[in-house]
Amino acid sequence: MGHRKSKGATIDAVAGNGLLDRRVFLGGTAMAAATAGMILPDSATADPLAVEPWMKTPGAAFVPYGQPSGYENKVVRTFTTAPGTTGTGTSRTPHHLLNGMITPNGLHFERHHSGIPDINPDAHRLVIHGLVKRPLLFTLDDLTRYPTESRIAFIECGGNGQLLYQKEPAQVGVQQIQGQVSCAEWTGVKLAVLLQEAGVDPKAKWILAEGADAAGMSRSLPLAEIMQDALIALYQNGERVRPANGYPMRLLLPGYEGNMNVKWLRRIKLTEGPTMTRDETSRYTITLPDGKSLQFVFPQECKSVITRPSPGLTMKEPGVYEITGLAWSGYGKIAKVEISADGGKSWAPAALQEPVLSKALTRFRMAWRWNGGPAVLQSRATDDIGYVQPTREKMIADRGSRTIYHSNAVTTWGVSEKGEVKHVYA
Amino acid sequence: MSTHNALLAAACALSLFSSAALAETPNLGKVISPEEVAPWDISVSPDGAGLPPGSGTPMQGEAVYASKCLACHGEKGAGKPNDALVGGIGSLAGDKPALKTVGSFWPYATTIFDYVRRSMPYNESKTLTNDELYAVAAYILQLNGIIGENDTMNAQTLPKVRMPNRDGFVAFVPAIPK
Repeated sequence: MGHRKSKGATIDAVAGNGLLDRRVFLGGTAMAAATAGMILPDSATADPLAVEPWMKTPGAAFVPYGQPSGYENKVVRTFTTAPGTTGTGTSRTPHHLLNGMITPNGLHFERHHSGIPDINPDAHRLVIHGLVKRPLLFTLDDLTRYPTESRIAFIECGGNGQLLYQKEPAQVGVQQIQGQVSCAEWTGVKLAVLLQEAGVDPKAKWILAEGADAAGMSRSLPLAEIMQDALIALYQNGERVRPANGYPMRLLLPGYEGNMNVKWLRRIKLTEGPTMTRDETSRYTITLPDGKSLQFVFPQECKSVITRPSPGLTMKEPGVYEITGLAWSGYGKIAKVEISADGGKSWAPAALQEPVLSKALTRFRMAWRWNGGPAVLQSRATDDIGYVQPTREKMIADRGSRTIYHSNAVTTWGVSEKGEVKHVYA
Repeated sequence: MSTHNALLAAACALSLFSSAALAETPNLGKVISPEEVAPWDISVSPDGAGLPPGSGTPMQGEAVYASKCLACHGEKGAGKPNDALVGGIGSLAGDKPALKTVGSFWPYATTIFDYVRRSMPYNESKTLTNDELYAVAAYILQLNGIIGENDTMNAQTLPKVRMPNRDGFVAFVPAIPK
């Protein structure tokens, strides 16, 4: 053990302020404790082991659809609604309380423009028309007979991270700042198959996708770009798509702005040009300092955030911690996530949890010895086309702060001597 | 033919067969005519395609607005509790916060018709008549000073309205692989 201990002490530090080689976690508890300088607890002070009531009497009965433990009742979405409405607005995933890459269906973020419709699947219809040889109408039963494909993909609202455009760091946590991104396994029918059946007129360059909600939410999508990946998703993590996520069918466009992934899909119209709907003109456009606005901002560009430690998760004592979080890119796979514990002065690469999938959330992990002093935690992702997540300073230098959309800057958490974690700007 | 070549030939035949099989899809869609799609075909393009017959004036629109829109969008489109529809022209650049309204920001007048028809009024969308839709579009445009009090909006005039921010948008260019 003496040999391993001294070796650990010399090679474990990988960057400033306590970032450690992840191998400290693999070297056994004795080594981790030694590197952390922690005092092993005195076994005499541990509480005696109780034989709890649940060990002595039979547990609860079966239920048809399972729910999380009642003790997990704080692991919930938070939401804000438009004035005078109960279902129009945004809900956010509690990433600080989750781990892994898949978002449970009941915690997937939501963005609704006129509430969640209660759609009778037998009455739902999908129409494909416009510049096609044969306009077609499909029932859900029809689509259920088609060959299906699965795709693990993130969906991120174009407005996620918008608080980073504010002048002062909002005193909220990862759920409020970056909770409008989630990841699921989506299963459905390739849009290309249905378009092939309808026979696309070569003049068609765009499609208008429209939902069956009361807002008739609609977006124009560039046909050539989406043909390869577009899926009409019928299943979400194995079960039918949840009402809040588009039941009975939604468009899935991996890597593209969440709003384009039209929920409750009822109509696809092939057109020569974009329809210029409200949500691609008045909304989801990036207004620059000169007053011009970037339109059709389709990809959600490379981004990451540390989910733990993060605000609300106070660290009780110095020691070895795992820094973990999520990275994603609408351009492809995550190639690298670097972590800094000293506000960006030094960086070290985090371990990427397999599988690392294109346009899916990627979980990263890093070992950290918190010495009880102030620390400034950041993550910075790079994707496989070489795009590097910008600092907040660079994002605002490039685009200004006259927008709320497509904020993909580095999010920074400040750790105080008391172990409290706060949103700060570095 | 050697065993190797036979296998190769079989593999080629198989791959030809399977690519033909791939192109064979269930074909379960029912052919539907444009007339049958019409009740759902509510989108309107910037060139006016999709605009229905009917017409309306700002004065007619004021009455529609008072009963269907004012509670959420305020007197004369001033906003509150929900979005302002009027004002802010010239506010998009500079240091002060931009006031993005139909008048200051929306590039196409046809989008007003498209959006109001599909989404508004919030609690009973898709209930306004075509005349009411033209009228309320005319009222919002007139409040913004974009058309005159006596202008009539219909399928011919609405697409011709030039919005102040018509040239205010630039297509985003995605990053290219390094």
